[in-house]
Amino acid sequence: MNQAAHVSILFYAQNALFSEFNAGVSNMPVILWTDVMIYVLLATVLTAALWIRKRPYLVLPWQRVAKDSVGMVSLLLLSLFVLVGLLDTMHYRAALPEKSNGQTVYSAEVLSVFDALATGIKSRTEKTYSAPLAAYLYAKESMETSEGKILRDYPRLRYGGAHLVDPQRELLGDVLKRTGIGALEGLLIGVLLIVVSNMLFHFFVRFRTVWSSTGREEISKDNRLPTFTRAVKNKPFKALLITALLIAMLLGITVNLAAVYHVLGTDKVGQDVLYLALKSIRTGLVIGTVTTLVMLPFALLLGIAAGYFRGWVDDVIQYIYTVLSSIPSVLLIAAAVLMMQVYIEMHPDWFETSAARADLRLLFLCLILGVTSWTGLCRLLRGETLKLRELEYIQAAQAFGVSSSRILTRHIVPNVMHIVLIAVVMDFSSLVLAEAVLSYVGVGVDPSTMSFGTLINSARLEMGREPMVWWTLAAAFGFMLVLVLAANLFADAVRDAFDPRLNRT
Amino acid sequence: MKSDPSFNQLRPLTSAPPEIGRGEFILNVERLVTRLNNGARIVDDISFSIKQGETFALLGESGCGKSMTALSLMRLLPDGIRVASGDIKLDEEDILALPEYAMRKVRGGQMAMIFQEPGLSLNPVMTVGDQIAEVLILHQQLRGKEVHPRCVELLEQVGISDASRRASEYPFQLSGGMKQRVMIAMAMAGHPKLLIADEPTTALDVTIQAQVLKLLRDTQQKTGMALLLITHDLGVVAQMAHQVGVMYAGQIIEQASREQLFARPAHPYTQKLFAALPDAERSGQPLAAIPGNVPPLGAPLAACRFAPRCDKAWALCHEQVPEWAQLENGHGVRCHLYTSQMGSEKLNLKASLSHAPPTPGGEGVGTEGRGTSLLQVENLQVHFPIRKGILQRTVGYVKAVDGVSINIPEGRTLALVGESGCGKTTVGKALLQLITPTAGSVRFAGHELIGINAGQLRKHRAGMQMIFQDPYASLNPKMRVAEILQEGMDALSIAKNSDERQRRIDELLEQVGLEKTSKWRYPHEFSGGQRQRIAIARVLAVNPNLLICDEPTSALDVSVQAQILNLLKSLQQQLGLSYLFISHNLAVVEYLAHEVYVMYLGRIVERGTVKEVLHAPKHPYTQALLSAVPRIDGQGMKTVRLPGEMPSPSHPPQGCHFHTRCAQVMAKCREVYPTETLVSTTHRVHCYLAAE
Ligand SMILES: Nc1ncnc2c1ncn2[C@@H]1O[C@H](COP(=O)(O)OP(=O)(O)OP(=O)(O)O)[C@@H](O)[C@H]1O
Ligand code: SF4
Ligand code: SF4
Ligand SMILES: [Mg+2]
Repeated sequence: MNQAAHVSILFYAQNALFSEFNAGVSNMPVILWTDVMIYVLLATVLTAALWIRKRPYLVLPWQRVAKDSVGMVSLLLLSLFVLVGLLDTMHYRAALPEKSNGQTVYSAEVLSVFDALATGIKSRTEKTYSAPLAAYLYAKESMETSEGKILRDYPRLRYGGAHLVDPQRELLGDVLKRTGIGALEGLLIGVLLIVVSNMLFHFFVRFRTVWSSTGREEISKDNRLPTFTRAVKNKPFKALLITALLIAMLLGITVNLAAVYHVLGTDKVGQDVLYLALKSIRTGLVIGTVTTLVMLPFALLLGIAAGYFRGWVDDVIQYIYTVLSSIPSVLLIAAAVLMMQVYIEMHPDWFETSAARADLRLLFLCLILGVTSWTGLCRLLRGETLKLRELEYIQAAQAFGVSSSRILTRHIVPNVMHIVLIAVVMDFSSLVLAEAVLSYVGVGVDPSTMSFGTLINSARLEMGREPMVWWTLAAAFGFMLVLVLAANLFADAVRDAFDPRLNRT
Repeated sequence: MKSDPSFNQLRPLTSAPPEIGRGEFILNVERLVTRLNNGARIVDDISFSIKQGETFALLGESGCGKSMTALSLMRLLPDGIRVASGDIKLDEEDILALPEYAMRKVRGGQMAMIFQEPGLSLNPVMTVGDQIAEVLILHQQLRGKEVHPRCVELLEQVGISDASRRASEYPFQLSGGMKQRVMIAMAMAGHPKLLIADEPTTALDVTIQAQVLKLLRDTQQKTGMALLLITHDLGVVAQMAHQVGVMYAGQIIEQASREQLFARPAHPYTQKLFAALPDAERSGQPLAAIPGNVPPLGAPLAACRFAPRCDKAWALCHEQVPEWAQLENGHGVRCHLYTSQMGSEKLNLKASLSHAPPTPGGEGVGTEGRGTSLLQVENLQVHFPIRKGILQRTVGYVKAVDGVSINIPEGRTLALVGESGCGKTTVGKALLQLITPTAGSVRFAGHELIGINAGQLRKHRAGMQMIFQDPYASLNPKMRVAEILQEGMDALSIAKNSDERQRRIDELLEQVGLEKTSKWRYPHEFSGGQRQRIAIARVLAVNPNLLICDEPTSALDVSVQAQILNLLKSLQQQLGLSYLFISHNLAVVEYLAHEVYVMYLGRIVERGTVKEVLHAPKHPYTQALLSAVPRIDGQGMKTVRLPGEMPSPSHPPQGCHFHTRCAQVMAKCREVYPTETLVSTTHRVHCYLAAE
């Protein structure tokens, strides 16, 4: 029995990968607007990382972040979220088996690589609510027994615990067994991965030393062996290792259980809540990052211009942001989103798929959130620029007749970048939370887009049921808590590392 | 045993501190060691004692541990720093053994402290009177009605006029000098036996400094307290101290009475320190700069700390820490020259070598042929509008510069001196067109700069450049040295291709005495003096004819200041540069300048050659300024004390701007601004006295 379940996991995984492989051949890749934004963002981050690598003064604060255990652990968690988000960003439309006039026909449903990987939990929808790890539905139904009698009872689930003969007796044992095995497997794979990456690292280090300085072997020999042991001795690395193993165990357990159960239960229409929550991650990340991408140019350009040029430029910019920030932003967002909604509904022909429509609405939400949230950063940057422009190195540049645009880019921008970075990281979590609130109020994302806000919104109704359906809310709450907490802790670490007042050498 | 002969030329000290009946030892510090938590010693094995009514000066450059010594005595060390061992006894009481609550009684009661920044040590949201009252209530057990009169009395004692009104004012309503007076009043409120003054006048102007130092001396005379004076200024030491301890890198390396120290400094560092002081007598020759920088914290302890910079060092100095050597008459020194066989041989050798007498200075200056005029400034005015209200209406003007005329010939140095806020920096920036002048004419090499457009101005940018005061703010921390040096060349298209540019950068670095490899490093890796060198290289990159130096050495230590002054001087000789040297340090001016302009409240009140202005000043303000400078050789003229502070440039007094502080004020001074009087062809003064 158990063996079979195991095979089924492998099968699912293989299936998913295979279909992904297929996608390259016959499926049609779809690039939505927010996908573009995310790719742009990714490219920006990668370029920035390469740029920073070459500049020791920029690397320095990041090294301080790397020395902060809490910061590194939260970064690990964040990168897991980002991984899910990225997998969920690669969209495509599957080719349908039948062809019309020799042309491939594509399904109207836009899927993502993540959907493909999670086909298992995505496709196994029950009839309606079921509790986490349950084998029975959460509502009684009339059923016909083998003897022909009509019985009103909790029916067995179509998928959840379907392999059990007598769930009443076997369920607990099975769950415990799977948990144990899952934990062990996760641990094993985790250790294996760490060992392999360590070996790769050593290989790389050796390769580098040999390659860069042929003939100075002895240095590399001295360095090679102790690298790992030394790394384990330093605190952040140890914390990272432990967290990684814990996460590996958790993942192992989840995968093992999810193969045959609904780990976080199902919602009203029988969708797996775990799947919904995982899908919400992308929405949260998009809101948290794309909004920043939208607002950053405004804030940076206007803030710096106001501070540097003073005079009427300053007056105009100050006027704009004072007015903007005195309008209640919820009102502004609600008005804009409702207008957008009407507009979209009047032009259904614009969109090939419903996903494209929902996506445009998401993007628009990011835009409008961006427009309402740049004022804070703008104000900060203006103040900092006011201070900087009086500094003597700026005046020295002016005395050389260096042009204003060059002074702004070479002298001012690099010296306010730490503020931008801190603000961006700090804003992330507040934006994720803002999305949840807005969607809850009904002016957030499209109802068909899965997000923490929509999850909570639907859970609201279920909370009133008797007996209470608590798992949707708990899942949304738990995922959001971990995401926002990790983001906040990371932001703290970044802020500390970049804060010039905590002067360390 | 004779030291360098040049020191024996110092004349006897005239303005000696008052001799007070000095009594018992009040403070005994024995082998005090203060460490960082990581083990680095900030204060390393310091011992000294102070008698009642005595002033002990702790002299040293920045970062040598003076303030940490003071804070150790007060047990006010910041987190992460602690007293590791040693013994501090105040009046037989073991300070280090006291519990914290008892210590609180000692602070302010028996031992009080005043700090460098008077602005930062007063609570901005409490009135001055309340802050003094706090001390009175805590340490004098005064209650209710007694408190206020005593506050006023104390304020009067420290020379604050209209004391009862001032007592109800907030710190921001007081000027820097008055805040420092209030600090002293607060310190005196508890009748301390020991007053620790940590650079009490460094943030103040010379004229105000003279007032505050006099106040400290008078207070000491009245109360008989002991004074631990921390300073980096030899002039202040000469005026104030009875005993002097010279600190270097956490240790006292020499201790002596003031007379002994000034007559015969024993330690090579102290000797160098004296030799590094600029003055007119040395203006023909380079200053004896001490190479290198003060060692960083936690430097290796197995050697003399001064060894890397000492020109008398030999093998032993690099191997062994010198022991404290007691010379005759209480003179102590920490140097192998006085303890080892080899050292005394070296000393004798030194003494037998007779130095050639220094070439008489001052002659070369002022008689050099005058070049053609490079910069001509006529009636330059810079008025900053004062705006008020929502509509930002202009309600008046700060007349920062109000009709200044300057003439700088080629290849010469013109110094602009005056108190803080008189408009010196504004003149410099207006010449460079960094601030748009309100009116006037600036002709540089025959071209008028005012009123031309940005494109035309760029053509003349290369000719005139500025070196700033603060070497930490004048370099962009995010740019490497090469990029910093390249900026001007790029903006003014100096070098054609990148090869040529790199070559020029190497050349510049060599010219200012930095290593070529430093071009790939970032400013934060350099010390203050090195940064100032980079700033100089940056302006040299565009081949200027005129450098405006805005207090280029005031943020630097004496030993490093000498390096930079030497550099500026040799650059002038090599490249024929002209300097407009803005400074408040008259000794530096005397050493470096050919001509001096004295500025007061936005106007030039006296101008002439160095000799004329600094040796035969005609304007009462110049005279007061000169007599306020504490001089180590005491060659001061009759003391002209300058009361009060400079009026605000937004409301200059009617008539002669100086009449509110002038001792020789006459009726007509209050009515019309005096016109220019020619004392000689080069010497001009705005004062009715000179006209008579
Ligand atoms: N941008 C400005 N706006 C208004 N007032 C100013 C401005 N810059 C300077 N001032 C005022 O002009 C006067 C002269 O200032 P300036 O900086 O030239 O003095 P300074 O002689 O260089 O003083 P210091 O020795 O302290 O450097 C001061 O009263 C100052 O407050
Ligand atoms: S011990 Fe040597 S190095 Fe140190 S000051 Fe004396 S002579 Fe110079
Ligand atoms: S003009 Fe009068 S007030 Fe002014 S400096 Fe001369 S004597 Fe003093
Ligand atoms: Mg200035």
